[in-house]
Amino acid sequence: MRYLPHTQEDIQKMLTVAGCSSLDDLFKTIPDAVKVKDGLNLPEPLSEWELNDHMENLASQNIACKGYTCLIGAGSYDHYIPAIIPYLVSRSEFATAYTPYQPEVSQGTLQGIYEFQTMVTDLLGMDIATASHYDCGTALAECALIALRKNRKADKIAVSDLVHPSHRQVIDTYLNPAGYEMVLIPHTQDGLTDIAALEAMDGIAGVAIQSPNFFGHIEDLAGFKKIADDKKCLFITSFTEALAWGLLKKPGSFGADLVAGEGQSLGISKSFGGPGLGLLAGTSKLMRDLPGRLVGRTKDANGEDGYVLTLSTREQHIRREKASSNICSNNGLNAMTAAMYLSTIGKIGIREIAQLNHDKAVYLKSVLADAGFEPVFDQPFFNEFVMKAPKNFKQKRADLINRQCVFAGLDLAPYYPELNDHYLFCATEKVSKQQMDQLAKEVA
Amino acid sequence: MMTQRPGTKGLIFNEPNVWNKSREGRCAISLPKADVERSPMDPALTGDAPDLPQLSELDVVRHYTRLSQWNFGVDSGMYPLGSCTMKYNPKTNEVQAARQGFAGAHPLAGDDCSQGALRLMYDLEQYLAEITGFDAVTLQPAAGAHGELAGMLIIHAYHAKQGRQRSKILIPDTAHGTNPASATLCGYKSINLKSGPKGILEPEAVAAIMDEDTAGIMITNPNTLGLFEENIKEICEIVHAKGGLVYGDGANMNAIMGVVKPGKVGIDVLHLNLHKTFSTPHGGGGPGSGPVAVTKELMPFLPIPRVEKDLDTFKFVTDCPDSIGRLHTFYGHFGVMVKAYAYILTMGAQGLLNASRLAVLNANYIKESLKKTLNLPYDRPCMHECVFNDANQQPHHITTMDMAKRLLDYGFHPPTVYFPLVVDGSFMVEPTETESKEDIDQFIDAVKAIAREAETDPEKLTRAPVLPKVTRLDEVAAARKPCLRG
Repeated sequence: MRYLPHTQEDIQKMLTVAGCSSLDDLFKTIPDAVKVKDGLNLPEPLSEWELNDHMENLASQNIACKGYTCLIGAGSYDHYIPAIIPYLVSRSEFATAYTPYQPEVSQGTLQGIYEFQTMVTDLLGMDIATASHYDCGTALAECALIALRKNRKADKIAVSDLVHPSHRQVIDTYLNPAGYEMVLIPHTQDGLTDIAALEAMDGIAGVAIQSPNFFGHIEDLAGFKKIADDKKCLFITSFTEALAWGLLKKPGSFGADLVAGEGQSLGISKSFGGPGLGLLAGTSKLMRDLPGRLVGRTKDANGEDGYVLTLSTREQHIRREKASSNICSNNGLNAMTAAMYLSTIGKIGIREIAQLNHDKAVYLKSVLADAGFEPVFDQPFFNEFVMKAPKNFKQKRADLINRQCVFAGLDLAPYYPELNDHYLFCATEKVSKQQMDQLAKEVA
Repeated sequence: MMTQRPGTKGLIFNEPNVWNKSREGRCAISLPKADVERSPMDPALTGDAPDLPQLSELDVVRHYTRLSQWNFGVDSGMYPLGSCTMKYNPKTNEVQAARQGFAGAHPLAGDDCSQGALRLMYDLEQYLAEITGFDAVTLQPAAGAHGELAGMLIIHAYHAKQGRQRSKILIPDTAHGTNPASATLCGYKSINLKSGPKGILEPEAVAAIMDEDTAGIMITNPNTLGLFEENIKEICEIVHAKGGLVYGDGANMNAIMGVVKPGKVGIDVLHLNLHKTFSTPHGGGGPGSGPVAVTKELMPFLPIPRVEKDLDTFKFVTDCPDSIGRLHTFYGHFGVMVKAYAYILTMGAQGLLNASRLAVLNANYIKESLKKTLNLPYDRPCMHECVFNDANQQPHHITTMDMAKRLLDYGFHPPTVYFPLVVDGSFMVEPTETESKEDIDQFIDAVKAIAREAETDPEKLTRAPVLPKVTRLDEVAAARKPCLRG
């Protein structure tokens, strides 16, 4: 076995030192009654050649293997990843290191994550960003828990029903056992969260609004902030498409107390939904309430600048049952990836890519409208929008997948049963005019 | 005498914060051509572009290359961090996960278009169930602590279904640090349970506090002293007799693959860390993956969606009324699952058993070789890790931290220090199976040399490390006046 270096001679010498007669003898403290009798029933081991064949065979059973036109977003976006990103992030000094508990030999990770935190605060217009979470759904659930801890008299969180459906389910999972409740804010016929419905709600610790929302529409965050303030509860915003902030006004500029987001768009592959990148940012006021790791700048004993994990008294290994969260491992390498991506595209690139996403989406919407799709909502959007499809679209969509590997929109009926025949489309910088024209021709 | 130590001097580059390299007008990406008309957005909705650094491609490459050189990874050298299982991360696993069919797969492409991914997840669940001796596995938890939370939610849901919720959970002093925080998220009060003089739990102690208001017990086995909980079967019986459940923290599973199946000795629910036992890289803090295995009785509570097999096709199923719900936006860290799956297929049954045997051999070899140098509070046969402390060095005013920092100068990553809390000044060594005898001998020599320095030249330790880019950092100042962004 090529990963196991021990020769027979090594084993004998080491057993002698350990005072054991055989490898089995090493386990003499384990009672026989609990030992495995008949080994493990697993497939025969594969050589690297066999493994390659086996894995390529499996990968080829995913339609993504052929390369496809992805006009679906909904929390996982098909953006171009520059070659330097996987190249740099696979440097083993980053990839094979542990959490930076020994800062003297982890300055690469630490400075990289400090820069990540800084760039995320710039992206969102917030004071502080954490060193990452698993994904947007879990980051948003953590935000809800912060709000509930800050407002102990309330036991409810108001969540827009245009927050990503999976995120709402994750919040529910996190809140339920502790006896908290998630109340849904319905949406209006315009495809926006119903601000009047929120106004009528009482006893809430926080309000969570996604913008752009699940339909792709840009919400009136200033309006929701005002109501959150009136109700003296925390204002939480979320997003699934991080590149929107290349163009849109930042959530911090509307007075968000907490922002949870998905950072997968920032140079991270879709990978069937994970690992992505949970972003979590807050105001300075909430610094000591934030869950998860934070990197801070300091000096070493010689007066040199350096970085450490800090404010760890919030964390599980110190505070144990009183910790602000149980999170330990986060998605550090993907945070590093996002920092590399943001450094690569820079201030000019993010604006241009964001604008291109919007341009392509506007174009796709217009050619679909010409092809007989009905633009249901008349709302500003970034790169996602909803269309009501002509009657025969379902079959055509399936044919397009099978024949041309084109994924034309996400069927919304499973998420919003009243939206039968409605599809959520997404266009990114990767889709060409030619592909969109071709699609419009096929579905007309 | 000391063989050549791996740590030596070298050229270290300075590198400023990335924004300090920024110059107006640079951009490291070739922007795609605009083939559609520009559609300006309503200015009322748009803001200024984020103030990101402006760099050339080489600026970016050099920045991160230099940063990486200040890091220590498993590929750099021995990383005997206790309870973290820093084994070699096979490179072929990275190649497998990067295949277009996996890395490019959209999570909402639909079951028909995702059969390869679903089959892989289904088979991986089966393999992990076989290795742990349980009936079913979920791969959804995104990390070990997330798996713990899933496990505690399952226990919580089980008691709710029985019609009577309980309020407490027993947590031994040798458990992992995340355990109490995970229990709190489910509203359970943690009750600390002391281990006995042998460093393991005594059934009498459990029986004395286990009652019908206690939801169960969280046991790490082998525990964080590296000792196998010999009374595990009896303890499980005591907890079950009072209607409680046993949660197993499988972070230390690397010691017992093919030796003990936790599901067969009375544990009800167990989490694994794919980034420890199953060789996926830790990434400087993640992403990991924390699958959870359960008995048949607890299967209805597993998170949704579940992967099910229907003849020879696979599908996601969400119709599970007793499920704890969804824990992750999609299905968990699929990219990490691919790597663990590739590892299991490469190792096979015998390979995994040998990995555990050699991990335990390496740890016992270190324990025996160093127990005259460092104090060994529990001198018993250990599993995959052993815990020393600094009692022998205290007369020279040298602490575990000093020895850890001096190890850096010798070219080794230090062990886990000051954990577990049950030992004062813990120095917790987990070599893993992928370290060779020569590398381990170098480590042993280094520790012995450092112990000698502690007596003859203690300043070498208190001033350590001198070779890394920075020396000891002021963590107190960092926490007192936090500077969390540039």
